Amino acid sequence: MGCFLTNSSLGRKLVMSISGCFLVLFILIHMAMNIVAVISGDAYNMICGFLGANWYALAGTAVLALGVLVHFVYAFWLTWQNRKARGNVRYAVTVTEKGVDWESKNMLLLGVIVILGLLLHLSHFWAKMMLVELMGAHEVTIGDGSVVTPTDGAAIIQYTFSQWYNVVLYLVWFAALWLHLNHGVWSMFQTAGWANDTWYPRLKCLAKIVSTLIFLGFAVVVVVFYAKSLCGCC
Amino acid sequence: MNFTLKIWRQKDAKSKGAFKEYQVKDISSDTSFLEMLDILNNDLVHAGEEPVAFDHDCREGICGMCSLHIDGHAHGPSQAVTTCQIYMRQFKDGQTITIEPWRSAAFPVIKDLVVNRGAYDEILQAGGFVSVRTNSVPDGNAIPIPQADAEESMDAAACVGCGACAATCKNGSAMLFVAARVSSLAKLPQGRVEGARRAKAMVAKMDELGFGNCTNTGACQAECPKSISIAHIARLNREFLCAKLED
Repeated sequence: MGCFLTNSSLGRKLVMSISGCFLVLFILIHMAMNIVAVISGDAYNMICGFLGANWYALAGTAVLALGVLVHFVYAFWLTWQNRKARGNVRYAVTVTEKGVDWESKNMLLLGVIVILGLLLHLSHFWAKMMLVELMGAHEVTIGDGSVVTPTDGAAIIQYTFSQWYNVVLYLVWFAALWLHLNHGVWSMFQTAGWANDTWYPRLKCLAKIVSTLIFLGFAVVVVVFYAKSLCGCC
Repeated sequence: MNFTLKIWRQKDAKSKGAFKEYQVKDISSDTSFLEMLDILNNDLVHAGEEPVAFDHDCREGICGMCSLHIDGHAHGPSQAVTTCQIYMRQFKDGQTITIEPWRSAAFPVIKDLVVNRGAYDEILQAGGFVSVRTNSVPDGNAIPIPQADAEESMDAAACVGCGACAATCKNGSAMLFVAARVSSLAKLPQGRVEGARRAKAMVAKMDELGFGNCTNTGACQAECPKSISIAHIARLNREFLCAKLED
């Protein structure tokens, strides 16, 4: 039975569903931590200190990386099989069927945008925080030339989102994530067999709430820090 | 009414196909789509040309034999009907209509618009038997079945196995068909007994035949001539996963 997660289409999809659920839960926690930065820079830096190069934070990061990797590898694997199943000759005329969301047919594209955004995000933050600590350094130079400690997350956020192009890139990233989750959240229930005609409207509503909450929760930090950089109040 | 038809012509499974344009003239608006193709074929035969091959049988929407991808829709532009149930009045006079065969690796084209849907029969065979009493006719009420279960089973059993689901799915997935078959039997006491074995065997056969993985787009239920709900796919997922976890 151990191998039905790899050798059966429904098993492979269950892996997508469970890894996706895990990533959504992580994103919700990440969002909650980010919002702290809007309220208090010091409180946010306390969280950054807590999640430095400690064994539990490193273990958490490793599990998280594994979750992303599994979701990513399975996505390409499933898509490759799907393209093969569709055949070489495509329809000359295609339409969007009634009630079918655009995002449901473009999950891989949206996922790739999310991954690219993630790489950019890791270079902006993780590489200047946990990675610096892992390398044994106690200070890091951020873009404007100032030197800060790797636990001074608030300063790194402040600098990153004072750059307008980062604001635009992050908002595009969050929009792609919104679309991805709008389909992904209800879809993971369907794949796990936990849905029916009564529950579809409820699950789709839940997906909209979760994806919108995540979009707003992340966007507010970006927008607030950009606004702060404009008015020069800090 | 007059129409320009862009029809996929392919000599046989091995040949390369291409679209060919035909004109049909003076078609009554009450002509069915398949009758319109009959008229075209009649003209082609009189002109000494090879008629267009297409699948059809009962022409009353119950056999599942007709197919055709018409202007981007499996079974044409109407909802919840098979190709044989659409009429030329649903198209505009002078319109160009593109007619293609099902496109799915598991449904290879045999000739023109005819594809081999034998893969669905193989999945059905893999489903196996149901335990029912033979010999004398049983009392109709001997096994009580809740009305809701009977209705749901019948909704799934409405599947005619036409292949529109896999033909519509961007992943070439046969999940709606397999789900309808598994669901219709799983909801009845007679089919319940072999539920776990059936779900595993049919999914294994579906994978083996090269159908794709469902990504829950819902395109299949939108194009299904019997409006079968993807809720049956959720049940198939449930049946299969529970069966695997019990192994």
